[in-house]
Amino acid sequence: MQQVSELLRIEGATKIFHMKPMLGAAHEVVALNNISLSIRPGKALAVVGESGSGKSTLGRAVARLFQLSSGTIAFKGRDIAGMRSHAEKLDYLRSVQMVFQDPFSALNPAHTIRHHLERPLMLHRKLRGEALDSAVQEVCSDVELDPAVTLEKYPHELSGGQRQRVNLARALAVGAELIIADEPTSMLDVSIRRSVLDLMRRMKETRSITFLYITHDIATAQFIADDIAIMYAGQVVEWGTPNLVISNPQHPYTKLLLSAVPDPAIKLDGTGAKSFASEAQAVRALARKASPEVMEVQPGHFVRKFDPI
Amino acid sequence: MTDKPLLDVRGLKVDFLTAKGLFTAVKGVDFSIGRGEVLGLAGESGSGKSTIALALMRLHRPPAIISEGFITLDGEDVLAMTPERLRKWRWSSVSMVFQSAMNSLNPVLTIFEQFRDVIVRHTGVSTAEARARASELLALIGIPQSRLDDYPHQLSGGMRQRVVLAIALALEPKLIIMDEPTTALDVVVQREILQEIVELKRKFGFSILFITHDLALMGQFADRIAIMLEGKLVEVAPSAELIANPQHDYTRRLWSSMPLLTRG
Ligand SMILES: Nc1ncnc2c1ncn2[C@@H]1O[C@H](COP(=O)(O)OP(=O)(O)OP(=O)(O)O)[C@@H](O)[C@H]1O
Ligand SMILES: Nc1ncnc2c1ncn2[C@@H]1O[C@H](COP(=O)(O)OP(=O)(O)OP(=O)(O)O)[C@@H](O)[C@H]1O
Ligand SMILES: [Mg+2]
Ligand SMILES: [Mg+2]
Repeated sequence: MQQVSELLRIEGATKIFHMKPMLGAAHEVVALNNISLSIRPGKALAVVGESGSGKSTLGRAVARLFQLSSGTIAFKGRDIAGMRSHAEKLDYLRSVQMVFQDPFSALNPAHTIRHHLERPLMLHRKLRGEALDSAVQEVCSDVELDPAVTLEKYPHELSGGQRQRVNLARALAVGAELIIADEPTSMLDVSIRRSVLDLMRRMKETRSITFLYITHDIATAQFIADDIAIMYAGQVVEWGTPNLVISNPQHPYTKLLLSAVPDPAIKLDGTGAKSFASEAQAVRALARKASPEVMEVQPGHFVRKFDPI
Repeated sequence: MTDKPLLDVRGLKVDFLTAKGLFTAVKGVDFSIGRGEVLGLAGESGSGKSTIALALMRLHRPPAIISEGFITLDGEDVLAMTPERLRKWRWSSVSMVFQSAMNSLNPVLTIFEQFRDVIVRHTGVSTAEARARASELLALIGIPQSRLDDYPHQLSGGMRQRVVLAIALALEPKLIIMDEPTTALDVVVQREILQEIVELKRKFGFSILFITHDLALMGQFADRIAIMLEGKLVEVAPSAELIANPQHDYTRRLWSSMPLLTRG
């Protein structure tokens, strides 16, 4: 069954890491437990949740960095694990780009920004000479960096926000259709963070670029995403339109998460600390149980069934 | 007199001697932190927050040099300390949770071995005593002592972050510097950890320099907030005041650029 209205469809994705430590017993980590999600073209899906719940693992699976233990990921209706020919794989790696938390990590300190942008244009779009130069200028301007001052600089000569723009420019340069952004703004100060978010939103709206946006910052998820998925212990416990999920959370973990979003007006003075900690513990115990059953809260808002506390 | 601040920083200037010339990252800042007080430090990235943090502990490395200013902690002139005094003073009087702390544990040492290194080096107690102290600290931060012999990669990010914090607390310092201690954590774990810190602070009475880009969190946790821009402190005020009535243009810009959660 193929739906053209979806760019990406994740169906029953499960990933089990088998650990065989030098000392101690072999054991397994179920990083993804039967995840099903989809993203329409030109939309953004935000994934938020517990640290260690499998968000980055999900992003890496979509980027085809490893094989799932079971389940499928389909891009434009095509199972990415079934891609065999070199051309098909290369085309997928071009279409899907990752942007990481540390804007420095993906840039080579020995090369100028021009080099970083030229390479993908030469490799994937086979541009040379004048055409290459004008394409470099264009992607640079697209992310609101001044080509005249930026192109000959080295990564360490740029601020974190500027580096993150270069990473997004690179994704534009290769002609990415889907960008997996794994906490792209958490190391940036708020004003730079805002400008990078605005840029991502514009890439989505004017270029129809699709985003898988992984974050701990629920306000930014609400700002940029068309859908939100809340993860806990390898499962998606609740998902849907951000405003529906945020204004009417159903799952105890979603409620807990939203209640913990910092509010500058409420000083942490120790009152309620014990009760918050014991509530968190109770919710964790409950949310850890895998449950196959899903309920539709209202159109566009779903929750996994849970036992009452 | 106890109304004297614990930490007093006057005219602190830090230069980087780079190939391209002299770059002044911290351009003469003045601030103080009272006993038991949490001072928040926010501001532009690259404005010099981590540079100040390292300079306070005299952990700055070349090409950075402290070219001017005074740092006084509990009446002691920090810039005049001998290397030997510094070694004793660090961790026992001032400790630090580094930016990206959850990756700052040594991957080849167990959790206990990392505690032991700090405790034994500074207090000269036996391994058994260090172990008892480490267990006690783990209990304080809500991690079962059965995890003491685990390696860092066997703990979740939140647990690693808490271990780093517990090590910073190990010698009951007077000041703890926390440089973005919770960036990699979800808000639930973040809240739990900060509440643990509030509780410990009440017990031990230490002061905190708290650096973060998360202004809402800063408002919740800090008593006073200092805002930094291009190597200078542009505004310092009690949290509630700075939030309700920011004076500096840059402070106002910071607040207004922050996306807020709407629950409506
Ligand atoms: N290569 C690996 N080998 C073994 N376990 C792994 C590996 N990668 C991830 N895991 C485990 O899978 C689980 C999910 O990890 P993942 O990095 O996806 O979490 P996350 O949701 O991105 O967390 P965070 O918010 O802290 O970044 C964790 O328990 C982690 O320890
Ligand atoms: N080793 C170095 N050599 C030269 N300049 C440096 C060095 N380390 C830092 N700097 C510069 O010093 C300035 C202050 O850096 P610092 O790390 O203190 O900023 P910060 O306020 O902590 O930023 P962030 O919020 O991004 O962590 C920056 O302009 C930085 O480029
Ligand atoms: Mg992650
Ligand atoms: Mg810093």
